Order: sequence, then C-alpha cells, then structure tokens
Amino acid sequence: MIAFLIRRLLQACIVMGVISLIGFSLRHTVGDPVREMYGMSVSAEVRAEARERLGLNDPIIVQYFRFLKNAVQGDLGNSLFYQKPALEVILSKAPATLELVFTSALLITLLSVPCGIYSAIHPRRLLSRIILGVSTVGVSVPVFFTALMCISLFSITLGWLPSFGRGELTPLFGGAWETGFLTWSGIKHLIMPSFALTSIMLPLFIRLVRAEMMEVLQMDYVKYARAKGLSERRIYWVHAFRNTLLPVITVGGVQLGILIAFTILTETVFNWKGLGGMFKEAVDRGDTSLLVAYMVVVGALFVVVNTVVDVIYGMVNPMVRVVGRK
Amino acid sequence: MTSMTPPSAAAPLLEVQHLEVSFPTKTKTLVAVRDVSFTLHRGERLGLVGESGAGKSITGFSILKLISRPGRISNGSILFEGRDLVPLSEQEMRPLRGDRISMIFQDPMMTLNPVLTIGTQMIETLLAHRRLSRREARDQAIETLRAVHIPSPEKRMDQYPHQFSGGMRQRIVIAIALLTRPSLIIADEPTTALDVTIQAEILDLLLELAEHEGMGLLLITHDLAVVSQVTDRVAVMYAGRIVEIGPTEQVVHAPQHPYTQGLLAALPQTHAGEPGTGRLAQIHGIMPSLYNTPPGCAFHPRCPVRIHACSETVPALRPCSQTGTLAACHLVE
Repeated sequence: MIAFLIRRLLQACIVMGVISLIGFSLRHTVGDPVREMYGMSVSAEVRAEARERLGLNDPIIVQYFRFLKNAVQGDLGNSLFYQKPALEVILSKAPATLELVFTSALLITLLSVPCGIYSAIHPRRLLSRIILGVSTVGVSVPVFFTALMCISLFSITLGWLPSFGRGELTPLFGGAWETGFLTWSGIKHLIMPSFALTSIMLPLFIRLVRAEMMEVLQMDYVKYARAKGLSERRIYWVHAFRNTLLPVITVGGVQLGILIAFTILTETVFNWKGLGGMFKEAVDRGDTSLLVAYMVVVGALFVVVNTVVDVIYGMVNPMVRVVGRK
Repeated sequence: MTSMTPPSAAAPLLEVQHLEVSFPTKTKTLVAVRDVSFTLHRGERLGLVGESGAGKSITGFSILKLISRPGRISNGSILFEGRDLVPLSEQEMRPLRGDRISMIFQDPMMTLNPVLTIGTQMIETLLAHRRLSRREARDQAIETLRAVHIPSPEKRMDQYPHQFSGGMRQRIVIAIALLTRPSLIIADEPTTALDVTIQAEILDLLLELAEHEGMGLLLITHDLAVVSQVTDRVAVMYAGRIVEIGPTEQVVHAPQHPYTQGLLAALPQTHAGEPGTGRLAQIHGIMPSLYNTPPGCAFHPRCPVRIHACSETVPALRPCSQTGTLAACHLVE
C-alpha cells in the first residue's frame, strides 16, 4: 500500500509540473506584463528598464525555473486588479466554492446510488421509469435555466429562499475560512445554488450507477450468490454493489473536478462570492496573473481529488492492493 | 437421524417428472426442455450429457429454480426429498439453495466474487443457513478447506479469488458446496474450464467427497469420458429431450440410440502403446435450434438409420430388451 501511495504521489508531481508549464506559457503569451503594469504611455527606455528588472530578457528556461521556484513557495504573482498576491485572493474565495461543491457532491452521492440501484434491480417498475425520465430532462436543461427558474419560483413567487449571496457567515480558523454551514441563513442561501449544481451531474451519475449495476447483475457470481441461498439484500448490497462501486469511483473523481469548473455559471447566477465568480471577473478585467494562478490552483485541486480517489479505489479493489505491494 | 426420519425417506432423493422449460418471446414460445424425467437416489451419481444447447444446464438450473428470465418451468414436477419444488415461492426456495442442494458452476474464474475474500464467501453461506457465531462458521470453513486439500487454510481464508489458480478456485467452490452437507450437488461442467491435468484431480476429489458424505451428484457435462469415469447412470440429452438413459456401463458399451452411438464413435480411441489411426467419426449436420425443431424425432435429419416414422412421430423412451436401458428411438427393440 505504501509503495502504491508513493508511486501515486510521484505521478501527481509530474502532472503538477505539466500544469505549471502551461500556466507559465500562458502568462507569457497572453498579454504583455510590462504593458499591463505601466500602460501604453511610458517611454521605450522605461519599458526596457522594466523588462530587464523583471527578468523578462533572461533565457526562457531561467524564467520558467524562477516561476516554478516562486510557485512552490506559494508565490503565484500579484493580481493586477486587487494589487494583492493572487494566491491570497484565491484562498479568500475558495471556501465559498468548496462548500458549494462539497454539498453538491454529497447530494449527488446520496441520491444517485439508491436511484441507480433501484432502477437497475427493477427496470420495469413505474418508479424506475420516472427516475430515468426525470434524469433525462435534468441532463438536457442547462444549469443557468434551472437556476433562473428556481429563483423565479422560490425567491420571487413564493419568497421562501434568498436569491443571491451566502447569507450570514461564521468565521473559522481565525477568519481564514468563513462558513455558511453553521447558520440557518447560510444554509438557506446554500439550498438553491447546490441544487442547481447537483442537477447537472446527478442524471449522469444515476445512469452510470444503473448501467454498471445492471452489468454486474448479469455476472456469474451474482447467480452463484443466489444458488448459495443468500438473502436478496446481501446479493444486491454486498455482492453486486461493491463491484458496481469500482467504475463509479473512477468516473466520480474526474466529475468532481469538473463540478468545480461548473461553478462558474452557478456562482454567476446566484452572485455567489467564490472562485467561479472571481474567475469570470478576472476574465472581464483581463487580470492575467490571477487567471494563471486560478488555473494552477484548480489544477492542483484536480490532482489532489484524483489521488484521493485512486487511494479509495485501491482500498475497494483488492487487485490494486496486491499490485502495489510488489 | 433415524428418530426424525421424514415420511418421505423411502422416496428417491430427486424425481424429475415431465419437466418442461419454456422461454416466451415476442413472436413465439421456445421450449428448451421437453418432457424430461429422471430419478436420482441418495448417494447416486447421475450424468446428464449432451451438446451445448441440448438443455442440460437449464435442466440443472431449473432444479434450483434459477432459470434466467423470461424462462420458466411450464410443466412437470421436481420432487426433492418427496416435496415438489415447482410451486414453491422464492422465499421457500431460498433455504434449500446452498443448504440441501448445492451447485458447482462451470467457470471458477467467474463464480467467486472478485472483491470478497474467500473466507467471507464461505462464512456467508454458512450464516445464511445455520445459527452459528462468526467464529464457529470460520472454523467450519477452515475445516472444509482442509478437506479439499487447500494448504494452510487459515492464511488462505483472508485472500481474494485472484490470488488462487483455477484449480484451487474450483476446490474452493467445491468446499463451499460441501459446507452445509447437502444431500444433492448439481455440478454444471465443473471441469470444463480447467486444464486437463487438473480436471482429473478435481473429478477425483468430487467423487471421493460425494461418496464419503453419501451425497447425490448430478453431473452435467458434454464430456462422455468424464461421465464414464464418474457416474453410475447417465442420461443423454438431445434438443431438449432425454434420448437415452441407463446404467453408464451399458450406455457407454452398448449404446442404443443412434445419437449416443454417434457421440461415442466421435471419441478418439487410444489404447496403450497404439497411436490413434485414421479420421474420427463425426455426426453430420448440427443440432436444430429451438426456433425450428424438426417434426418427429429431432435427430432424424442427421440420423444414418432413419425410417419413415422418424419424421412423423416423436419416439417415446422404451426399454431395450438386451441392455435394460431406455432409449427414445423407433428402431430400438
């Protein structure tokens, strides 16, 4: 298991290296740092002096390693708009997004597993047909439409739920993390955005769980479990579900990363002050260094999530463990 | 045991009568097994032989009522220890499966669940049928693994199926079948997926243990050599029907039905020190599919000795005066 972990971490480092390379090249192709700093109205001498001072005349390799060295130390450059370190800006926005994504991921898991398994075991029942029908509609409606319809119904017509912002927040860890989980107002604000975000991925997961489960139910070992006289519960939940889980975990990990990216739309509609909203603003303002920093951080998040998923996969699948032991 | 002998003790262990299994499809109903009857006594070993698609596996699975949908038993009865299984519900069948009747599947690579340890898969079988503590169940499982000659069973209990070879896995499947001391074991092609060298080992093991426990064995196979090695009696199936049934010795040495004769002629005859000579005999044509079973005897289009009646009436199983076997052929006297 330890060898498996080490190998997995090594892979994660390589991926991070590639991401940093892309971030670095973006920074040097999209826009000119000197122009961004001084505008158009400075003399050629001042610009040349600035280029020299910023090290932009150094060989590209030297510049890359400088970028890498700074990045490893947590310095991803300064945001041009906020005039603060980009990482600091990102970290202040991250809790909002992470809480939103976490809530949605939880909802997706809790809903897709029972729905998928039920519709796999009883494909002909009315409830299964309803589940599949609704999920088809869900997957074809774009998220901003779902979000706007929710606002129109629950905020404007019924007045039950607030339509924007995060509500009352509680500072944690000396103010480094502001959570909306601990107040009723915070939770009320979370309901619609997380529902909107869930609606994108849930249909996919229901169908994934259902398809995998149906395939597993055809396997000989399920028939054999029946021939051993085991209870239906044990056949479905122990023999079939554990085998269903393996591919679902693999796909689920990748989708969790995509969920973070999808927050851009959701956060914009609900004016949710998180990474997605920040990204959109940074694009509008042409804040290149903040965009590059965002890319590196989200890339890192992807890698962390995938590594964790692989470790979980290794724990569920006995064959991975043995390979790792060698 | 004797004090609580059920009234059915005198009855045969298994009595299948006029079994018919059909698969309704949109256009027509396909009948996979027709009018199959046979009896299996306690401690007896019966072989069920035939080509793929002859209906032998479906017959085996229908005894446990585990036919894949939409297949169903459309006629006949299956008396197990005197009790008809056909009308029983799923709930009533469950205590019998894996307890009184165990099944061994064809491919040990596919029958054991890849994500559960073999210990889990053994213990769960015991716990499904017996009031035992986990500890007691584990001890019994280890004991049974030892009986099927798995070395250091205590250690092996916590391993996963992929850590065993094919032969070892089939031993484990046999051990699971034996755990509850069933009175009947249905073995569906138990050695087909194994290497030839392992086949003999597994057969010997199965034979030895079945004999030792006095269990009835229904051996489903396409391999006549296996049947003659293991069974007391044999039933030959063709296109869903039994065409010949009798003591193995008689059927193998004096086959009455032309199909059985053809099957035996197709076996390579190798005697010690003598290389096989010439071409093997073969039965021309293929077995008819369920969609277009010919009228009369299903074998008549391929039969070398057919007469006019063969294409008109289905021959009933009739006793053969010389051998005492039953054969479904118009020419048998």
